[in-house]
Amino acid sequence: MNRIVVGAHYGLKDWLVQRVTAVVMALYTLLMIVAVPTAAGGYDGWRALMSHGLIRFASFVFIVCLCYHAWVGVRDIWMDYVKPTAVRLILHALTLLALVGYAGWATQIIWRL
Amino acid sequence: MTRNIQFKIYRYDPDKDAKPYMQDISVEIDATDRKLLDVMVKLKAKDDSIAFRRSCREGVCGSDALNINGKNGLACLTAIDDLPTDKPIVLRPLPGLPVIRDLIVDMTQFFKQYHSIKPYLINNDPPPERERLQSPEDREELNGLYECILCACCSTSCPSFWWNPDKFVGPAGLLAAYRFIADTRDQATSERLDDLDDPYRLFRCHTIMNCVDVCPKGLNPTKAIGKIKDMMVKRAI
Ligand code: SF4
Ligand code: SF4
Ligand code: FES
Repeated sequence: MNRIVVGAHYGLKDWLVQRVTAVVMALYTLLMIVAVPTAAGGYDGWRALMSHGLIRFASFVFIVCLCYHAWVGVRDIWMDYVKPTAVRLILHALTLLALVGYAGWATQIIWRL
Repeated sequence: MTRNIQFKIYRYDPDKDAKPYMQDISVEIDATDRKLLDVMVKLKAKDDSIAFRRSCREGVCGSDALNINGKNGLACLTAIDDLPTDKPIVLRPLPGLPVIRDLIVDMTQFFKQYHSIKPYLINNDPPPERERLQSPEDREELNGLYECILCACCSTSCPSFWWNPDKFVGPAGLLAAYRFIADTRDQATSERLDDLDDPYRLFRCHTIMNCVDVCPKGLNPTKAIGKIKDMMVKRAI
């Protein structure tokens, strides 16, 4: 089949990743709704829960998903409303840097528990 | 039985007016004046400086799309009895497109987007003697797609089209794109999907569904857009 190269070729990927990350976040939320009340009460109980290997893994995946999801969403807002290329480039870069920073910071907090 | 109908009409003649204004005008109508367009024709007889487009007066040509009391629709398909009479009927041009005069807008951008999806059958096989046949099931797929009259009610009520009319194809164009993607006689499906795999051309649609809400032909561009995305996903995975 001939391919005519048109389109930016990243629309689908971002859209799909946004759906998938939304599902992951929903599942993590459900997991937390179930796990937090069943964990032994108080700080020690929560601490034990959050430091469990599986929960650490899930929390990290959740944070990454949240940031990627937010990246697509916030970038879409800039694309909709900010027309000057230079301003938009700066906003894109700042958004990306902020999200990467948040992801690292949040992971560090959760894993320290 | 005659009755009096009040209107507030958007008026703007770039040759004369410094800026647009709303004109208050009323007109006597008879029981035989059923649709908004009938009444507008009477308005035009009363004040012939009011400019609007119309042609078929039966929902086929798509030329009399307007913003009626804040919602896009065709004047010829809007029953005057369905509009509240306790306050004036507010008529404005379709939102988001440049106004040429009064209720007439410049549709260039809208049609540019429509043309960009190549709204014609692409099939490089030599045409058969009579016609390219489809099975009744395959033909069924085109229902709800081919009926679009390109009135632009949908695209001009779509916020994504307002912000990016030069880059986002818009609901009418995407409905037409899917009409050819879904056509079994068309051989350019893959190229058509390639062309739409773009954060602007297709993925500016955030499923707000204003388009479905206003289509005077009862079509569902959002559903067509969803099907295009489905096909892209299937193709990619
Ligand atoms: S889809 Fe409906 S509203 Fe949109 S242009 Fe076609 S007929 Fe008009
Ligand atoms: S569903 Fe998509 S095309 Fe329709 S009005 Fe919303 S953003 Fe526009
Ligand atoms: S006049 Fe043709 S669609 Fe209304």
